[in-house]
Amino acid sequence: MNMNSTGRPTRADKTSSSKNAEIKSAALLPDEPLLFEIGGYEHSGVDLFEVEINDEFLGGFERKTSLDLPGLSEPECLRHYVRLSRLNMSIDAGIYPLGSCTMKHNPRLNEKIARLAGFADIHPLQPVSSVQGALEMIDELALWLMELTNTSAVSMSPKAGAHGELCGMMAIKAALEAKGQGHRSIVLVPDSAHGTNPATAAFLGYKVRSIPANKNGVVDVEAVIAALDDDVAAIMLTNPNTCGLFEPDVIKIADAVHDAGGYFYCDGANFNAIMGLVCPGDLGIDAMHINLHKTFSTPHGGGGPGAGPVVLSKALAPFAPVPFVKKSGSDLSLIEHVNDSDSFGRLTAFHGQIGMFTRSLAFMLSHGKDGITQVAYDAVLNANYVRVRLQKVFSLAFGDQACMHEVLFDDSFLKGTGVSTLDFAKAMIDEGFHPMTMYFPLVVSGAMLIEPTESESKKTLDYFCDKMLELANDAIAGNVDRFKQAPKYAPLARLDETLAARQPKLKWTKS
Amino acid sequence: MSKTKYSTDHEYVRLEGEVGMVGISIYAQEQLGDIVYVELPNVGVKLSKGDEVAVIESVKAASELYSPVSGEVIEVNEALNDDPALVNTDAQGNGWIYKVALSNISELDEMMDDAAYTDFTS
Amino acid sequence: MRYLPHSNIEREQMLKAIGVNEIDELFKVVPASVYKKKSFELPNHSPEFLVQAKLEAMANKNLCAANSAFFIGGGAYRHHVPASVDHLIQRSEWLTAYTPYQPEISQGTLQALFEFQTQVANLMAMDVANASMYDGSTATAEAALMARRITRKKKIILSSSLHPQYKDVVKTYLNDDGKSEGDLICLPDSEDNKGNISSLIDENTAAIIVQTPDFYGHLRDVKSLAEAAHAQGALLIVVITEIISLGLLEAPGSMGADIVVAEGQSLGNPLNYGGPFLGLMATRQKYVRQLPGRLCGETIDANGKRGYVLTLSTREQHIRREKATSNICTNAGLCSLAFSIHLSLLGQKGFVKLARLNHARAIAMVKTLEKIEGVELLNKTFFNEVTLRLSKPANEVVEALAKKNILCGIPVSRLVPNEPRLENLLVLAATELTTDQDIKILASSLAKELS
Repeated sequence: MNMNSTGRPTRADKTSSSKNAEIKSAALLPDEPLLFEIGGYEHSGVDLFEVEINDEFLGGFERKTSLDLPGLSEPECLRHYVRLSRLNMSIDAGIYPLGSCTMKHNPRLNEKIARLAGFADIHPLQPVSSVQGALEMIDELALWLMELTNTSAVSMSPKAGAHGELCGMMAIKAALEAKGQGHRSIVLVPDSAHGTNPATAAFLGYKVRSIPANKNGVVDVEAVIAALDDDVAAIMLTNPNTCGLFEPDVIKIADAVHDAGGYFYCDGANFNAIMGLVCPGDLGIDAMHINLHKTFSTPHGGGGPGAGPVVLSKALAPFAPVPFVKKSGSDLSLIEHVNDSDSFGRLTAFHGQIGMFTRSLAFMLSHGKDGITQVAYDAVLNANYVRVRLQKVFSLAFGDQACMHEVLFDDSFLKGTGVSTLDFAKAMIDEGFHPMTMYFPLVVSGAMLIEPTESESKKTLDYFCDKMLELANDAIAGNVDRFKQAPKYAPLARLDETLAARQPKLKWTKS
Repeated sequence: MSKTKYSTDHEYVRLEGEVGMVGISIYAQEQLGDIVYVELPNVGVKLSKGDEVAVIESVKAASELYSPVSGEVIEVNEALNDDPALVNTDAQGNGWIYKVALSNISELDEMMDDAAYTDFTS
Repeated sequence: MRYLPHSNIEREQMLKAIGVNEIDELFKVVPASVYKKKSFELPNHSPEFLVQAKLEAMANKNLCAANSAFFIGGGAYRHHVPASVDHLIQRSEWLTAYTPYQPEISQGTLQALFEFQTQVANLMAMDVANASMYDGSTATAEAALMARRITRKKKIILSSSLHPQYKDVVKTYLNDDGKSEGDLICLPDSEDNKGNISSLIDENTAAIIVQTPDFYGHLRDVKSLAEAAHAQGALLIVVITEIISLGLLEAPGSMGADIVVAEGQSLGNPLNYGGPFLGLMATRQKYVRQLPGRLCGETIDANGKRGYVLTLSTREQHIRREKATSNICTNAGLCSLAFSIHLSLLGQKGFVKLARLNHARAIAMVKTLEKIEGVELLNKTFFNEVTLRLSKPANEVVEALAKKNILCGIPVSRLVPNEPRLENLLVLAATELTTDQDIKILASSLAKELS
């Protein structure tokens, strides 16, 4: 077997944290029962007219199965969801330095714009003549994305980053087939890549060939050349990469891949570090998705919705999916059918994440080109500031070098302390922080990936670094209990993920 | 006494006549941590040595099991469907994964015995 | 700039602490040939009121539903969303939280997901639902792939009256145009379900995909299709684009569906010009390990207290990488929360009332419109959406009425072009928001247009 023991401990250790029992929920953090335990089948928080209907048009398909959906009056409903909300950490409440996730401030102007009736209350299939403003908005956002990346085409419909990967890789597949190169069956993926990259390649039937990172945490052009042959369809490279480093050989890698007849898919998850400074189009990319929910500040919403438009090179543009906006003079139209074009098809019903587009465009217009450059500068400044403040105690995964928007430490500074990266992360919770990304990327032991984003002030960063150093020194000094028992001050102690997976309970049932 | 042999990939085969009982070693289950699911092969599948035959999942990782021997799967340990933790508690007993009618018994000669495997994992 | 906290003095202090003189030194690894080379043809930063004014101007160019007599459905429905739904989802703790990877400080999101999964499973009468997908169309494609994994068979058959764009998405995901007699059979679009899907099921069939109410509004006999599929070892995938219908119509799980996918936008979520929407996906317990997407499960913490975590993640890309069930790496979190809050407010009592009201409004609409000369109602059954055959091409009528602020439905030709037999078909929907006045306006304009 392949002894895949990557990851972290997942079972709560009852003996070490049982002392938590004495810490009661604070007055402001009450336990909240499930909706199904507080709601009633006769309760409702919506007033609707009762109507008489007969079964003339129902064809005998009336529902006989019970719904089992309890209701809440409006005050009960507000209380339930407000109380639940208080059990969540959020960016608005504190630094949320999840590496690679880019938890930056979500401007409230964006929310206001997305809710304008002219954007929120229009139907995707109403006549195009009645939604010219919506097409103008999509077209303007597309223009910003192409301009900032120096590319000439963008597909707006992908619904998330991973959906964007599908889009870009499908375009690559279609382009290869059009060139009579459909036999190419391999996609190169660095081993530090996000899991979606190999999953996307496999989704399209490609075999994944891993490329190792060098000792500096980046990919050598020689390693890529060694892996290239006539079977390689593409490379999927994240730049800046998941170790928070800019790939210095990226142009040479692009050239080598192109020379070998392959395409360059760039994972743009970390575009926020270089926007306004480096244009991916100048690096030789053929396709790159842009996570609007990371780089352009749309809210993460507890796990979505995101949006993942994909910029495309001239070579791939003809294969872009429908729909797309077409401009002729001041008239905007929507191309919704493949017809005889080379388009590879359609990735979603309708036109994409319009509600995310409005938010992103508000962010771009607010910052402007000068502000967007400053955003990248400040993101990189903040990450490097955290790096220099922590690196004397924490162990940098790839040595003393400048990072981009995030800094990667490994767990070697914890060696021999008995404290794991997981323990450390849980202790951060007790200090009021959301932990950094942990155990990713997989290429370093016990990874701690910290991305402060441009939204954090120097005061916040100083406080964060002070506390992080205090924790690290405490671990090294052998004060293990605070780590093993953490979190003590969260609504719950560590959860038993083993139990959850061995006996999956995925919905509430009457006991 | 039955004979147990080990592969370098931490599978074991316990020979009972012409039938090999296959699972993962006690050492391997310790390394993997809490096992939450075992994807079992279908009975009747013909295996060559090295074929991917099962998947063993902990909460945070999935590990493919490669068959250490060739032959036909004649029985799988259905008990693991309800209680995958058997792989943790009794890896080389009730936590077995499948039984195979060996087609090439000499493959066992290349595998390690208890002493060699203890050496290998220390 | 209002979103950036640092003063220039602080930036200087930080650069000094880092040990560089200027910020560009941190980028020296970037090849000089591509660093700061492009001068962008874009505006500089702008105050909030100017950004708002610019975007409002764009929004004002659109004819919004509230300013029209509105009858469009086709997979996106206009319903009333209670005011408290939008208030709640804008709370910081919901809006600006990440995926709940640290369960101790994400119990709000996790419990809400657990409640959501339960609501979806109960609506559909299925064993288990996931934490949501991008939308109904991509969930349909994922369901086709899931059926192939479960059955280890290839052939997928799409019903003729499945939403045409959903068909296109399935074709794209399966990389199969469905034209040749291959692994994907796509029955030609037709409002009357031409092509007997049951007779096409054979021992190589992984699944049939059937929508009900279908794209044209007809209610489909799911039960007999389930029997036909199961007889050959194939699965039945049921697609629902109007989730409100389940307040009045039998649940797919009670009629033999193996996988149910749906568009959940109707609850809690505005039209948003088509996105973000909310994909719902549910299945039988025995297939849960082949279900894509996030799943939330109940467990206990170290003190034995009940809590929730994301679970069974070995199905997902961050663990299985190239062996994952899907590359999906998100759910429609905030949309699922809006759905859940709206449904909690309704409760089953309100939900059933809402469904009945929708059906009643559609009946009122139909009874008025079918009297018009040049209008033929094609439905014997419907929930809140029907197909009319007009005496002239539907797209001409739709364009003409839009000029009078009447958004009267979807010409089928917009989704299925170049099909003369569908050219005069108009699909229109009514909801609880459809007033008698709206119907009157539509009827009189339609009569004029067709005379």
